[in-house]
Amino acid sequence: MWHLALDGLDRLIRLLADQGYEVVGPTVRDGAIVLEDIEGVADLPAGIREAQGPATYELTQTGDGRLFDWAHGPDAGKRFLFPPREPLTTISRNGDGGMRQTPAPEEERPLAFVGLRSCDLHAIEVQDRVFMELDPAYRRRRERAVFVGVNCAVPGGTCFCVSMGTGPRCTMGFDLALTEIDDGFTVEAGSPKGEELVAALPTRGATEAEVAAVDRITAQAVELMGRELDTSDMPDLLYRNRTHPRWQDVAERCLACANCTNVCPTCFCHDVVDSVSLSGDLAARTREWASCFSAEYSWAAGEVVRGSRASRYRQWLTHKFASWIDQFGVSGCVGCGRCITWCPVGIDVTEEVVAIRATDGEVEVVAR
Amino acid sequence: MSVTELRDVRATQPESGPMRIAEIQRVVPETSESATYWMTWRNGDGEGYAFQAGQFNMLYLFGVGEVAISISSDPMHPHRLGHTVRHVGRVTNAFRDLKPGAEIGIRGPFGKPWPLHEAEGGDLVVVAGGVGVCPVRPAIESAMRRRDKYRRLILLLGARTPDLLPYKDQLDEWVSLMERLGVELHLTVDEAVGTWLYDVGVVTTLFPKARIEPARTTAFMCGPEIMMRFAGRGLVDLGVPAERVWASMERHMQCGIGICGHCQLGATFVCKDGPVFRWDVIEPLMGVKEL
Repeated sequence: MWHLALDGLDRLIRLLADQGYEVVGPTVRDGAIVLEDIEGVADLPAGIREAQGPATYELTQTGDGRLFDWAHGPDAGKRFLFPPREPLTTISRNGDGGMRQTPAPEEERPLAFVGLRSCDLHAIEVQDRVFMELDPAYRRRRERAVFVGVNCAVPGGTCFCVSMGTGPRCTMGFDLALTEIDDGFTVEAGSPKGEELVAALPTRGATEAEVAAVDRITAQAVELMGRELDTSDMPDLLYRNRTHPRWQDVAERCLACANCTNVCPTCFCHDVVDSVSLSGDLAARTREWASCFSAEYSWAAGEVVRGSRASRYRQWLTHKFASWIDQFGVSGCVGCGRCITWCPVGIDVTEEVVAIRATDGEVEVVAR
Repeated sequence: MSVTELRDVRATQPESGPMRIAEIQRVVPETSESATYWMTWRNGDGEGYAFQAGQFNMLYLFGVGEVAISISSDPMHPHRLGHTVRHVGRVTNAFRDLKPGAEIGIRGPFGKPWPLHEAEGGDLVVVAGGVGVCPVRPAIESAMRRRDKYRRLILLLGARTPDLLPYKDQLDEWVSLMERLGVELHLTVDEAVGTWLYDVGVVTTLFPKARIEPARTTAFMCGPEIMMRFAGRGLVDLGVPAERVWASMERHMQCGIGICGHCQLGATFVCKDGPVFRWDVIEPLMGVKEL
């Protein structure tokens, strides 16, 4: 473990930019911490604290200059590695109706993420299981990207990464992992690329006290964790409760707005849509995020399969916590709690699972 | 086809393509709401293409989009593809305008095929409703080609009305071929009109008539879910083992390779884990409303 002074982080950001990376990190915009291109430490959210709760997200400025004493805003790595709107290919058509396909241009600059939390590094690993083998554009971005993680000191009120085994300390998926301490950062390298970056920075070996501080900060983050979730008996708990009355109960609150699927760092569902040039001879095929909360999502053979909000909520929650395990060998939830924070009516997945578990086996009585 | 091979096809046929291009040769109207589009590959595009009975292709119409359509033609001739399209959605309705010479983009073949080998040595019973006969037709053709591999070959085809039964222009041909090959064909409609010579009633009413021998039977079903639920239960009630009853499912698909999410049914992705499922796997999921 090394020690890096505050200006060393600035050097790191600039070094990555010099190496040709598009450096993406946290910054404050429109009252939220978002991920954007950053140029140096000055862009980071100094002194900012977050208050997160169901349907609640507020920032305050403490003036203490701490850079990472917050959990996460609505953005995760997903928005960059699996963009909300992404060109796939264009197809041109000549006068005879003959088609010719041109691949979408590849991005030149690889991505470097600074400040991702352990939950978000895990979320990327979860999406890898969906896209890595089957989507060349994702694979290219993912393989070229550099990840500088930050260990959480102050988790949010809706966080439950400890329950999901995904945090608060970075354990995988990073090239460098930082912990913010009083006079800068401790640094761990998680890859040869990370080692190379450390060698190029003004670091010194971390002292015993600094190493101990990392453990203390992690223990404190565990202590401050806003929520918890009992994941025992998944996936079966949700499979055997497909007709539980709670789905109807949550449907009466849910707006089917898709905020949860948008902020979820693992949700991967998408549409592929065509748009045609005015001249009519060029079609662009674009991939766009889709949500299982929309009616058209389940449109099949002239019918909507999931017509009710209850069935859509059940699909989302059951997929996230149960069927994901069967499909990809891992839960689809990393416990970041964003879906709770950004739900406009404050539906809390941890509460919904508790409610189903409490009355496991109860069946909706359908009025006829 | 092994799981590895299926995975390879998915990895080489991502959403971004490249598509193979085929040209429409002939359009055969089947019913008031469906037509079969016969196509051949544009020069060289069919190289290395092969499919198995029960698989589907993603068909692309310029500027409109892709749609998953099962392959209805004989797997022996992968260079002459037939797709029967029911005009029910945005892309499938755009098919109405296609004329011979039009080009179609194709990714595929995707999905798990009918397990024809499992029926070998015994009886193959095909139960199909309406356009449900389309995905199972390649299996019928394969079985007729290798007739000696099966004991009895029984086809039970139903539709709401006679005019909703596809491939009528080939029925005479099939009937004569079937007589020659010893294939037992039973037809039924829910509602008879005009000069309908066959049975009236839901497809399960054909079971006693067909004298199905449960212990020897492997069944392939395709049709509306409600039909398959009754037919599957009927077959299992007769004593056909659930592991030898297979159903082909339909869900919205945009990618064909298990990454767009739309076709999920329980924990399955219909595109890659199906569309052909074993009854004991799919029956519990089919019974759940709006799953």
